[in-house]
Amino acid sequence: MRGEIIYDHNHDGIDRRGFLKCMAWAGTGVLWTVYGGVLKSYGLDKVISGQAAPAKGALSFVQISDSHIGFSKEANKDVVGTLQVAIDRINALPTPPAFLLHTGDLSHLSKAGEFDTLDQVLKGCKAKDVHYVPGEHDVLNDNGKQYLARYGKQARGDGWYSFDYNGVHFVGLVNVLNLKAGGLGSLGHNQLEWLEDDVKGLGSDTPIVVFAHIPLWTVYPDWGWGTDDSAQALSYLKRFGSVTVLNGHIHQTMQKVEGNIAFHTAMSTAFPQPAPGTATSPGPMKVPAEKLRSVLGITDVNYVQGKSSLAIIDSPLAS
Amino acid sequence: MKKTRLSYGIAALLLSLAVHGSIAGQKPAPNEVTIDNFSYKPQTLTVSVGTTVTWINRDDIPHTVLSTDKTTIVSPALDTDEKFSYTFTAAGTNDYYCSVHPHMKGRIIVQ
Repeated sequence: MRGEIIYDHNHDGIDRRGFLKCMAWAGTGVLWTVYGGVLKSYGLDKVISGQAAPAKGALSFVQISDSHIGFSKEANKDVVGTLQVAIDRINALPTPPAFLLHTGDLSHLSKAGEFDTLDQVLKGCKAKDVHYVPGEHDVLNDNGKQYLARYGKQARGDGWYSFDYNGVHFVGLVNVLNLKAGGLGSLGHNQLEWLEDDVKGLGSDTPIVVFAHIPLWTVYPDWGWGTDDSAQALSYLKRFGSVTVLNGHIHQTMQKVEGNIAFHTAMSTAFPQPAPGTATSPGPMKVPAEKLRSVLGITDVNYVQGKSSLAIIDSPLAS
Repeated sequence: MKKTRLSYGIAALLLSLAVHGSIAGQKPAPNEVTIDNFSYKPQTLTVSVGTTVTWINRDDIPHTVLSTDKTTIVSPALDTDEKFSYTFTAAGTNDYYCSVHPHMKGRIIVQ
C-alpha cells in the first residue's frame, strides 16, 4: 500500500526510505486501529479519500497533539482554526474512532480561557470520549493543579491513569512535572511504582498502548527531547508481545522500533518544529502560509489480525 | 535648570539606545539576561551585591527562571517580551534553569 510503512517486530525495524518519508511527514491526525492485538495507524487524508481502509470491526482511535491554544505568533496566528480543521477531518472518517487521545500541550500558557477554547472546539468532534495527558505548557505556574481539576479527576498522582478498551490496555503517563536542572522529561518514583503495579496482573499477550507528552525514548537530548527515567518504565513492559508508545512534544512524526516496543510521535495541530539539530533551537518553525497545513496533522491507529506489525500512513492536513 | 533638562535628555537617549540594542538582538544591557533561542545570554553574569538583574524572554515560547534550589529565584512563566527581575542581596553563586525546558541553564555570580 502506497505511503504505508510496516513495523515488523520480527525484524530490525522500518526501512530507510520509510523512515525518511515519515521524517518529512507532517499532517493533522492519525487514526489508530487495534485488531487481533496489532496496532496500525493511518493518515486521515488517505482514510477519508478511501485509499486506505481500516479493517472493519477493529478498534480505531485518533491521536491529536500540541494544539497550543493561545499561541498567536508568526508560525501560526490561527491555532484554533487549524485545530478545527483537524476535528473536521476526524468527523469525516467513514468509521468514527472510538475515542481521541490528546498527548499534551492543549494550551500555550495554561490559561483558563485557553482550556475553555480547546473544550469548545473538541465539543464539535463526533468522538466525545477524549483521554488527555498534560504537556509542559499545561502545567505552568501551578504545577498542574488547574489541568488536574479539569482533565484528571479520575487520574492518580499528577494525572497518570490507565483504562482498558476492547482488550487493549491504555496507559497515560505524565513526564512534564518536577523537572531537574539539566535533565529531560521525568516520570518520577511514585509514577514508576504505580506503573509496575498497574501492569503486573496483565497477561503478556495483552496489547499495551502507552501515551505521554515528551517522547519516552531519547530523540535529541540537546533539545530536551527525551525522558530521564523512561528506561525504567519500559522495563516493566518488556514481557508484553505488543507495546506501542505514542508521544507528542516535538511537533513532527518520528518512529522507532526497539524489540517489542514501537515508538511514534505525532504532529502538532498548531505549528511545526525543526528536525533535531537542523536549527539553533527547537522553537516554532515558520513556513510559508500556504504550506502550513502540510506540516500539521493527526494520527489514526488500527490493529491488524495475524501479523505482528504496525503500519503508518502519511497524512498532512493539506498536501 | 537647563543643565538638568539636558541630563534627562541624555539619559533618555541612552535608555532608548539600550532598549533598542536589546530588541535588535545585540549585547544585552548591563544586568540584563536575554532569553533567546532556548538559552540565557549571557549564560554567566557577574554582578555586585544589591544588583537587580532582569531577564527578558525574546522567544516565541514561554520560559521561566528557577534556582536549582527551587526556592531562591522563582519566576512565573514569561511569555514573549515579558520580563522578570530579582535583586541579589547576598554574595555567592546562583545557578538557575528553565523549569519548562530544563536543558536551559544559567548562572549569576554575586560578588
